[in-house]
Amino acid sequence: MKYHQLIKSIIALALLGAGSTIFIGCGGPPDMGGSSAALADDVASQVYVPPGEYDEFYAFMSGGFSGQVSVYGLPSGRMLKVIPVFSLDAEKGYGFNEETKPMLETSHGFIPWDDSHHPELSQTDGETDGRWLFINGNNTPRIARIDLTTFETAEIIEIPNSGGNHSSPFTTENTEYVVAGTRFGVPYPQQDVSIDSYAEKFKGTLSFISVDPEEGHMDVAFQVLLPAFNYDLAHSGKGKSHGWTFFTTYNTEEKSTLLEVNASQNDKDFIAAINWKKAEEYIKQGKYKEMPAKYAHNIYNEKTHTATSEMKDKVKVLIPEECPGLVYFLPTPKSPHGVDVDPSGEYIVGNGKLSADMAVHSFTKIQEAIANESFETTIDGIPVLKYDEILAGIVEKPGLGPLHTEFDGKGNAYTTYFISSEIVKWDIETQQVLDRIPTYYSVGHLMIPGGDSRKPDGKYMVALNKITKDRYLPTGPELNHSAQLYDISGDKMKLLLDFPTIGEPHYAQAIAADKVMPNSKKFYPIEENEHPYRTVREKDARVEREGKDVHIYMTSIRSHFAPDNIEGIKVGDRVYFHLTNLEQDWDVPHGLAVLGAQNAELLVMPGQTETLVWEPKAEGVYPFYCTDFCSALHQEMQGYLRVSPANSQVALDWRLGYDEPVQ
Amino acid sequence: MLLGIVCLMSLFVFPMWQIILYAPQYPDGVEMHIYIDKIGGSSPGTLQNVNILNHYVGMPYIEPDDIPELQYFPYIIGAMGLLGLIALAINKKWGYLSWTIVLIVLGILGMYDFYLWEYDYGHNLSDTAPIKIPGASFQPPLIGRKQIINFIADSWPHIGGIGFGLSMVFGGAAWWARKKQLTS
Repeated sequence: MKYHQLIKSIIALALLGAGSTIFIGCGGPPDMGGSSAALADDVASQVYVPPGEYDEFYAFMSGGFSGQVSVYGLPSGRMLKVIPVFSLDAEKGYGFNEETKPMLETSHGFIPWDDSHHPELSQTDGETDGRWLFINGNNTPRIARIDLTTFETAEIIEIPNSGGNHSSPFTTENTEYVVAGTRFGVPYPQQDVSIDSYAEKFKGTLSFISVDPEEGHMDVAFQVLLPAFNYDLAHSGKGKSHGWTFFTTYNTEEKSTLLEVNASQNDKDFIAAINWKKAEEYIKQGKYKEMPAKYAHNIYNEKTHTATSEMKDKVKVLIPEECPGLVYFLPTPKSPHGVDVDPSGEYIVGNGKLSADMAVHSFTKIQEAIANESFETTIDGIPVLKYDEILAGIVEKPGLGPLHTEFDGKGNAYTTYFISSEIVKWDIETQQVLDRIPTYYSVGHLMIPGGDSRKPDGKYMVALNKITKDRYLPTGPELNHSAQLYDISGDKMKLLLDFPTIGEPHYAQAIAADKVMPNSKKFYPIEENEHPYRTVREKDARVEREGKDVHIYMTSIRSHFAPDNIEGIKVGDRVYFHLTNLEQDWDVPHGLAVLGAQNAELLVMPGQTETLVWEPKAEGVYPFYCTDFCSALHQEMQGYLRVSPANSQVALDWRLGYDEPVQ
Repeated sequence: MLLGIVCLMSLFVFPMWQIILYAPQYPDGVEMHIYIDKIGGSSPGTLQNVNILNHYVGMPYIEPDDIPELQYFPYIIGAMGLLGLIALAINKKWGYLSWTIVLIVLGILGMYDFYLWEYDYGHNLSDTAPIKIPGASFQPPLIGRKQIINFIADSWPHIGGIGFGLSMVFGGAAWWARKKQLTS
């Protein structure tokens, strides 16, 4: 650097320094209103649930990139349970024990992780009914069903021809279907092609997964083949719009690289409106193509306590060009993220993420536009309705970066604004802004119990925030995400509580406790246990050898395993601990941990059987013990397993107590 | 008199006695039901749960097959029902009176027998019990409420037991009514 340039730089820096000193001296960080001083005085009593008393609502929060679902009580924010869904959970042995491994099978083999985004409660007549909770797996496209009598994952179905199952599961109003839309366009059928062939070779599928009304079992009923837009979120119609499902799109530009720029060029993208009642007619008429597809369907059986995985090989596909009236595109500004249908079913809110204003469509006007054929154009045989003719109104400049809207059942809508980090309350009919409140920080979804159903419970609202920063005691670079609870019973929204959550609380659903609590099971009746390796009486406990496989039919009851001394195991054996928990009382699980086991513990509920596989590598005597503090003699609940050399003559033997000595 | 027989027969349907153990970690209580022919409870696992509790202090395992009373009680009650019907048929003052007296005697014997069993379970403790508490008695109350270490134990008649009591009252009433009928 030359001498005079250096002088210039120093002068410039000095001026800059002086300038900023003046600036800081004048200002300093402004008060952002995030401290507890901003709270009203009586909030503590509103969220205080005294010891021994119950919360008013169950809240089911997705774990996001943890792949699980966590259950919280509202208004206290107390965590009740983490339900393993798409990811291994060593704590509960989920995906580690032999019984639950099939739950994580896919067409790509065993997948130990996923990204769970949107919990969705089952509905009857548009109201949450407390039977099941569905949630999507984003990365390896799947939908899971959680049984709310056991709070366990009961079923997982893979979605074929999809890449990134984001717009899912979003139920119809009687849980006829849960849906799945592909976030990525993918070659259809999947094949080795140039990425530059995106516009011609890639497609987007929207899938309708039927749900059996009695058992809840899922099946991919049909897929609708659409252009390779990115299908972002969905909601099904309700009331007058029952029979329709709406999917938002971005990247209608159909680009494959630098999407943050290239997919943000069109002023309007679309909401794809699917008439699924019409689809049912076309299916009945046989107007579908049966396409090869490989996808796994995994069901957990509560009687055998075992999951089975079945590979499916075809799927019914509807092509819009051949099925008039099946799909319409609703132009919506700009890269709409959430699409939310108000409790009456009339208003369809397109949360135009990159738009200054927010468009609200009218279902009645949509029907009129379809009847009058008011189409701007058609894309692949799909009519694009005229924007001006379907619009109910616009929420003008409500905030920056609208993502999601929920409803309170009292005529109000609540929309999250990611960029301006706030929630705005507005009137659905007039689209007038009524109130706004900050979130801490960068809110994604929001949740009102029943807030996407026909009957919202408009008392509380939860903001699900992406960024935590300084809200809690710091824990190094990685921080939990957070949730904030607001009182929305009055005209003004009021912040009540702020609590950290597991993984990313991407979306959540909540339901009145009395719809779920009475059905919650306390234990599994032992007489209903149909596990092939069950041991329902302690005296039947035994060890059997089949070649190199050794099956231990083991029981647990306070406070011992039967048998607890086992000899005659050899190096190179594959040892199956089939542990049946004989307890028949509430909250008496027994765990089993074996030294050197390369999986996890078992955590067996009363009446249940689970299997841990253990492969001894070296001779010796190995201890095992109960991991769940079960009783006053829990620490004594332990045993030994003797491992002899592969060529040893030590006979297979076992015992409990000294009545029968080990030979 | 017929009412008395019906009340007595309730023993075939409902438990005669109940013992309920309360402790903070058992919010619903452990509710054991004693029938004339079996031992049950408010849940199918109750007997197992009671035995699990008992084993810490070495109390004998309650095994219904080892309690002979559960075998012959149904016959006694059945026979009393038959005798009642006979008393009703012959409709004599002495018939009702003696039926009632036999019932009362049976009731007293039954309670004494129950006490003996309770005493045995509460005192006949295993030498190898994991927990030994010097001076503690684990015998449940014959009737009423008692603290047994960390539990509050309630012992009361159940519907069948109340039926048994009522059958005595109705038997006595039949005797009294017959007497009045004869004197008038």
